[in-house]
Amino acid sequence: MSAANDPYDPKQVAALSPDVLGAAVERASEEFAGAVDLDTLSATKPAHLGDKSALLVARREIGALPPAARAEAGKRVNQAQQEIRAAFDARRAQLEAERAERVLREETVDVTLPFDRVGKGARHPVTTLAERISDVFIGMGYEIAEGPELEAEWFTLDALNFRKDHAADAIRDGFHVAPEGCGLVLRTHTSPVQIRVLLERDLPVYVVCPGRTYRTDALDATHSPVFHQVEGLVVDKGITMAHLKGTLDAFARAMFGEDSRTRLRPSFFPFTEPSAEVDVWFAEREGGAGWVEWGGCGMVDPNVLRACGIDPETHSGFAFGMGIERTLQFRNAIADMRDMVEGDVRFTVPFGTEA
Amino acid sequence: MRIPVSWLTENLTFPEPRSPEEIAEALTGVGHQVGEVRRIGPVSGPVVVGLVVEVEELTGFKKPIRYCKVEVDEDRVQPIVCGATNFTEGDLVVVALPGAVLPGGFAISARKTYGRLSEGMICSAAELGLGDDQGGILVLPNGIASPGDDATESVLGLDDAVLEMEITADRGYALSVRGLGRDLACALDLPVHDLVAAVDVPPAEGDVWPVEVVDERGCRRFTARRVIGVDPTAPTPWWIRRRLMLAGVRSISLPVDITNYVMLETGQPLHAFDAAKLRGKLVVRRAEAGETLSTLDGVERSLDTGDLIICDDTGPISLAGTMGGASTEVGPRTTDILLEAANWEPSSIARTARRHRLPSEASRRFERGVDPAVTAAALERAAKLLDTYGDGHIHPGRTDVGDPVLPAPMTMPIDLPDRVAGVNYARGVTARRLGQIGCGIEVGTSEDGVPVVTATPPSWRPDLLRPADLAEEVLRLEGYHTIPSTLPPAPPGHGLTRAQRMRRAASRALAEAGYVEVLPFPFVAETVWDDFGLDEDDVRRRTVRVLNPLEADHAQLATTLLPGLLDTLRRNVARGHRDLALFHIGQVTRPGPDRAPVPEVSVTARPTDAELAALAASLPAQPAHVGAVLAGNREVPGWWGAGREASWADAVQAAKTVARAYGVELIVAAAGLAPWHPGRCAELRVGEQLVGHAGELHPRVVDTLGLPKRTCAMELDLDLLPLTEHRPAPPISPYPPVLLDVALVVDSHVPAETVADALRQGGGDLLEDARLFDVYTGAQVGPGKRSLAYALRFRAPDRTLTVEDAVVARDAAVAAAADRCGATLRG
Repeated sequence: MSAANDPYDPKQVAALSPDVLGAAVERASEEFAGAVDLDTLSATKPAHLGDKSALLVARREIGALPPAARAEAGKRVNQAQQEIRAAFDARRAQLEAERAERVLREETVDVTLPFDRVGKGARHPVTTLAERISDVFIGMGYEIAEGPELEAEWFTLDALNFRKDHAADAIRDGFHVAPEGCGLVLRTHTSPVQIRVLLERDLPVYVVCPGRTYRTDALDATHSPVFHQVEGLVVDKGITMAHLKGTLDAFARAMFGEDSRTRLRPSFFPFTEPSAEVDVWFAEREGGAGWVEWGGCGMVDPNVLRACGIDPETHSGFAFGMGIERTLQFRNAIADMRDMVEGDVRFTVPFGTEA
Repeated sequence: MRIPVSWLTENLTFPEPRSPEEIAEALTGVGHQVGEVRRIGPVSGPVVVGLVVEVEELTGFKKPIRYCKVEVDEDRVQPIVCGATNFTEGDLVVVALPGAVLPGGFAISARKTYGRLSEGMICSAAELGLGDDQGGILVLPNGIASPGDDATESVLGLDDAVLEMEITADRGYALSVRGLGRDLACALDLPVHDLVAAVDVPPAEGDVWPVEVVDERGCRRFTARRVIGVDPTAPTPWWIRRRLMLAGVRSISLPVDITNYVMLETGQPLHAFDAAKLRGKLVVRRAEAGETLSTLDGVERSLDTGDLIICDDTGPISLAGTMGGASTEVGPRTTDILLEAANWEPSSIARTARRHRLPSEASRRFERGVDPAVTAAALERAAKLLDTYGDGHIHPGRTDVGDPVLPAPMTMPIDLPDRVAGVNYARGVTARRLGQIGCGIEVGTSEDGVPVVTATPPSWRPDLLRPADLAEEVLRLEGYHTIPSTLPPAPPGHGLTRAQRMRRAASRALAEAGYVEVLPFPFVAETVWDDFGLDEDDVRRRTVRVLNPLEADHAQLATTLLPGLLDTLRRNVARGHRDLALFHIGQVTRPGPDRAPVPEVSVTARPTDAELAALAASLPAQPAHVGAVLAGNREVPGWWGAGREASWADAVQAAKTVARAYGVELIVAAAGLAPWHPGRCAELRVGEQLVGHAGELHPRVVDTLGLPKRTCAMELDLDLLPLTEHRPAPPISPYPPVLLDVALVVDSHVPAETVADALRQGGGDLLEDARLFDVYTGAQVGPGKRSLAYALRFRAPDRTLTVEDAVVARDAAVAAAADRCGATLRG
């Protein structure tokens, strides 16, 4: 080992020879490349870049050179040092990249593991379908009206032009409540809401009324004593049956697709004149595209308007009503009504939260 | 009503043949729904008339078996084994010979059966597709055909179809060949033929029987005709039997069959009395209390003072328009027949039929309105048939009492149908269509120059009372398919109301939180309130009772959603589900202590405000509630670790989820309301208003109702949640916070919510948030105490808060907690 103040010894100055420096670079590069991990790499660093490394030893010899040779020797040493450092950095970067990759690999999980810690919730399809129907009509400028389920017969029957003891009009399937003859009934249809709307709102009226209704039918595959209807009512100046048809067609398209439409068959309801049954063309009907019985409709009977204080000479209107369960039954091909009312979560969960 | 096509179209002239299906479509198009078109047959191969020449009873079998010789051609006798016994030697029957195929693809061949060779089959009406089996094989009247004649066309008329009609309740006239045939003619634009008008009603020579109508309101017309010397053994002619059979009416005897036949034909119900059994004058009146009548069906009926009856000197003999009496019934020895045709007030008949649970073909027609002008013609038709086929002779007299009111003329603008339909009908359509249905028509101009039509409805259309009814006739006959499809110009709407939006939001929020919506019925058992452990004076016991429930023990309307939810929970558990979270949004019925009577309100004009208020007051309150129930795990165990059982806290959280959807803050406080656990029940308030409860159910309730252990529930009255528009604009400070934790030791009974409130108040504006992050009880805090640890976040709106300032605020917060809750800082 030499020191700056050592007398000049040409032999020792061989440390500055290009060959020796080149060998040092080569040795360092080999050793760095041989380091298998970052720790090993760090351990090799002092030998090649540390205070006692061959290079620093050589650098100290520069002072011993004749002044004319110093510059060149210095340049050679710097170059060799840069090469060694570059080799070290390259190796370190490589090892770091490998380590990062290994960590990621080790952290790999099975992303298919289920994570349903809380059970799936859902809304009943009767609710979501009623909302969807409501939204179709909201989009047409209608509003949503509601009313009580236990209702005065005046709203449920009288004002709707049902005549007492008339075969045509008798409601024989209503649930009556005590005391006998008290004049209250669980509404057999959502039509009493029509009367409430006409009494409470200013004209014109464009409303739909979804709601729960009751009839004394025993529960079976196609009947339920408690079910839901949606009713539409328009009263305005100059309303015609063509408007009813147009509205039903638009409703059908919104519910069942652009190729859907409705067909009217003459029928009878006390509160409409003329009255009609509504069939809807349903392309995805079980057993092939075809007409499906959907509901009833008609032009609001002048007596109904009169009972609400509306002059049938100046205003006319239409009304229509459909069963929500019935619509669901044919739309979704639900074979058994009981599934819709029993509340088994297996039935409801697949419906999710929106219709 | 069932009607054979051949009968319906008997008097119509078709320019081109129409299939039964086309006829059904035409009828449906004008409002007469055809439930089914049942084609008779098909029958192929040899089906012939046979004469039974010999009957040998075979013995030794479990049922009677006959070996018959049946002449099926001049010199051909066929051996046939038959299981029916309603025929004898000499009867004409229908024989399907080997090679014939009967309806349903039933092929006939010669075969050995019961030890004999049987070469053919003697047919019943059902086997031929003609109608119901009426107690054996079909025996044809003697003389209508000869053995060997082809039976299919000439005798049976198998090339026919039966229409199952669903006549709407307003169209009584269509319950007859006459009325339905007219509408079919209108639908197809064929010349109309009125079979009643074709009946010749000769002038009578005096009354045929003394009749007094006491109740003229109930009996609008009473007509009687008498046929004497009727052969009681005379059979009903085959053509009448066949038509009755196809119409689903059982053949009984010639007089009865004729009254039924004429009813189906004209729509006028008739009754045949055995005149020999009548005693004195007939009186039409209401029944008196205590009177009884044995009706034809053999039932002794106590009459109501509202029942219209026909009496003779012996008392009631017939329940008017509904069913005849047994004492004057036409029997196998009847030769002297008094035929009666009356017109009864519809609602009287409707009430009587309902009261006695006796819907008959007659009452069905009278309830819907029968043509009052038709009694004499219908009687004439029946009398002539009895005369012709019963070998009787018609008494020259006729009794005809009453003067029924006929439909009045009415005038309407001639374009009313156009305005109702939204169609420009061709000129003359309205007058033509109204004429077609039988109206007398006059077209003119009103005083103010409007073209009008004055129509006098025919006697058989009591349903045509107003111009709107006439307009409907025009629309119906022109066809609804001619009405175009146009959208009305709807006004801009306001969208959903806030209440509707909030209810949807709550429903969605609960579903997103893992709750499944169910829609239980609102009918509950009276015993549920005891099961719930409700106090005697609990308002939830005050229910409305259903008078005619489907299940006798579920007659109360629910005052809370919990019984229905718990029922549904239990059903799910029974089906093997364990971890359940259910919710229901629906109305409950909460009658007040006193129920106001429902007022009588007219329908001729808008009710007064006082009447509307009285109607409103008569209805029990029906608020919308939301309820939720939980059982099993709220979080299930899995690869991530243990599960978490549903607890009272989830129930409270469910209520908070709803409140949050409504944008309101629930205040939670301890309460003790049944059916909840007295120590695990929270009352929920918004401001001062109590809005509901949540928590774990009382263990005794859980036991009694057979629910899973620790079932939890919550219920809120949604109508009590305020709907004020919520418009937050929270200031967001950009400065960094200072985070400080405090642990406070308080008495165990001090609610955490109270401590947090005190901290918030004491901490002032700088305290941005106080979050409870730990609750500790144990040795370190001593008995009866607990430590509540809060993470406090302080922040200033306008500067970087210094720790010193934050500490001052924290100390103030702690001081407030000390002051209000006796809290001490945990050392």
